[in-house]
Amino acid sequence: MIEIDAITKRYDDITVVDTVSMIVEPRTVTVIVGTSGSGKTTLLRMINRLVEPSSGAIRLDGEDSRSIPGHELRRRIGYAIQGHGLFPHRTVAQNIATVPNLLEWPKARVDAKVEELLSLFQLDPKVFANRYPHELSGGQQQRVGVARALAAEPKVLLMDEPFGALDPIIRAKAQEDLLAIQKHFETTIVLVTHDMDEAFHLADKIAVMDKGRVLQYGPPPELVRHPANPFVQTLIGDMQRPFRLLAVSTVAGATEPGEAGGEPISEDLSLQEALAELMWSGRRAAPVISQTGEMVGRITLDALLKHAARPK
Amino acid sequence: MSIRIDKLGVVIGLIALYGMFAASFAVLKPNRILQGQAKSMLESLPGASGWGLLLLLLFIILIALIRVPAWSRLVGAVAALAALVFAIGFAAGALTPPGNSYARVSPAAGFWVLVFAFALLAADAITRLQPPPWMRLLFLGVFALLVWGIFASDLWAGLSIMKEYAGRSEVFWSEAGKHVTLAIGSLLSACLVGLPLGIFCHRVPSIRATVLNTLNLIQTIPSIALFGILIGPLAWIATNIPGAAAMGIRGIGTAPAFVALFLYSLLPIVANTVVGLAGVPREANDAARGIGMTDRQRLIQVELPLAMPVILTGIRIVLVQNIGLATIAALIGGGGFGVFVFQGIGQTAMDLVLLGAVPTVALAFASAVILDALIQMSSAVPQRATSA
Repeated sequence: MIEIDAITKRYDDITVVDTVSMIVEPRTVTVIVGTSGSGKTTLLRMINRLVEPSSGAIRLDGEDSRSIPGHELRRRIGYAIQGHGLFPHRTVAQNIATVPNLLEWPKARVDAKVEELLSLFQLDPKVFANRYPHELSGGQQQRVGVARALAAEPKVLLMDEPFGALDPIIRAKAQEDLLAIQKHFETTIVLVTHDMDEAFHLADKIAVMDKGRVLQYGPPPELVRHPANPFVQTLIGDMQRPFRLLAVSTVAGATEPGEAGGEPISEDLSLQEALAELMWSGRRAAPVISQTGEMVGRITLDALLKHAARPK
Repeated sequence: MSIRIDKLGVVIGLIALYGMFAASFAVLKPNRILQGQAKSMLESLPGASGWGLLLLLLFIILIALIRVPAWSRLVGAVAALAALVFAIGFAAGALTPPGNSYARVSPAAGFWVLVFAFALLAADAITRLQPPPWMRLLFLGVFALLVWGIFASDLWAGLSIMKEYAGRSEVFWSEAGKHVTLAIGSLLSACLVGLPLGIFCHRVPSIRATVLNTLNLIQTIPSIALFGILIGPLAWIATNIPGAAAMGIRGIGTAPAFVALFLYSLLPIVANTVVGLAGVPREANDAARGIGMTDRQRLIQVELPLAMPVILTGIRIVLVQNIGLATIAALIGGGGFGVFVFQGIGQTAMDLVLLGAVPTVALAFASAVILDALIQMSSAVPQRATSA
């Protein structure tokens, strides 16, 4: 758990982050969104004290982050940035092993961890361990960057626009991978982005920032249904609201008893994907199957429209 | 397969033809300071040997002119240089009248032009072959061995420069020692001061401009003026600080030369350290801090390895510059190869000037080759497989 308590950062007369308080629940993905200059990156960098707060406190699992030296704090917290930040003079394996080596893990444990992470990120250790970053594609570099951030098994992972430099197809894949990794390690992730689609896709909770303040902090559907102010509403986009709602719920929650014809839809798809499938195949309803392949009911166009409608 | 003409080969060919036919090959002087009599290649080399050299060189020029694999150009260039080295030694024996110990034979313009032309051919071939750094060091080592072999074999014993050497061999090596000590010693002390100063300038941007401008100013002071400026303070130190005079610190001599070379060395080292550190990718630095490196770990593990090629380039500049500049030290009694240069100028004995100049050039050339190889080997990011 990360408790951010009235944190403020001032540079001379300019207040970049203004008395922000929020609690990040363990094992969740929290996304901080905002326009450039909103203070979101500064807020993120105060969590691992790359930026020292002017006032306020941050507690990690109840422990004040100022109670240990900054570099030791940062070794406990994963950190991944846009453009990966890999060390160009070190191989992939050496890059991933950086933090374990700083922590002076025994060599066997470091090697095992590097191999585990490479396999987990679908990079064959035999092929990639001894390559240099410039010999990798953009997507591979980004995966190595996240693998390096996770190497010392941190409970918390901070990510600053980690997918900003990737093309749309690789970015979608990277987002899926991140969610899978997050489930696997049960890491608490705080991610900064200005891409609302990315925020809605990844977040358990979204914090919207503007001019150094957090305007709203809550689960994605709440932001769509009850935007705190016009800025949040604009950021979400009037035209996007129904689709954002559909995007954050799964088919399982809208399945009703009954039967329908045609290709079945898996219950772990999002409602947005279900709607797209119904529209494309020209059906008003489709059968729903569970992950194990059993028929569990059907999903109808009416149910989807009801989910997408403005709350009464 | 059609024959294609090599452009650089045409230039080399023209230079070599000029050296063979338009310029004289050797000079015969009645004694070491009188004007000499120029001799062409055929005049210098009696009988068939002159024609033999002529034909060999023409054949190698032909190799240079057409596009053939680089290694065959290298073999040709080395063969030409070896032939010239033998020929000039042979010419010295042939031209010197028997029993005359005053007469001197020196290489003339044509010889130097030919050496230049074929050295150019060799350098071009080596560049095209792109040998790995260790291979270049090996080439240098073989070259040095050959030169040593020439000295050991008396091949050049008849040449004037070697006669100058023969009378001064002990002084030559002690001055060589002083020259190297001056050049490398001042470089090492400049590294000891310049590297930390460069790192400090990088970390504290507010002092960067002041430090670099000051060093820049020092760099613009002419060396002779700097020697003069240093006489006062160093003489004061020698008389007023106990032990200083015993360490050899005096207003003239080695101390001011050493200090001047040290001061001239600082700018390239500090400036290249600053530039090298500034060139480290911002993301790599941010990531290094973000994953928990201390400032010292970041400096040693990330910044310095990535900046090393640029820093070494600065050191290379300094070393070559110092080897040349150390010649001036002789003016204020600092010793070094400059001693022969200034003695030679004083006696209008050009061969004595050469005895100081040729080793200086050779030393500078060798250090440039060695440091270039080191720079390439130190490049932290291997250059392989970039096309993948």
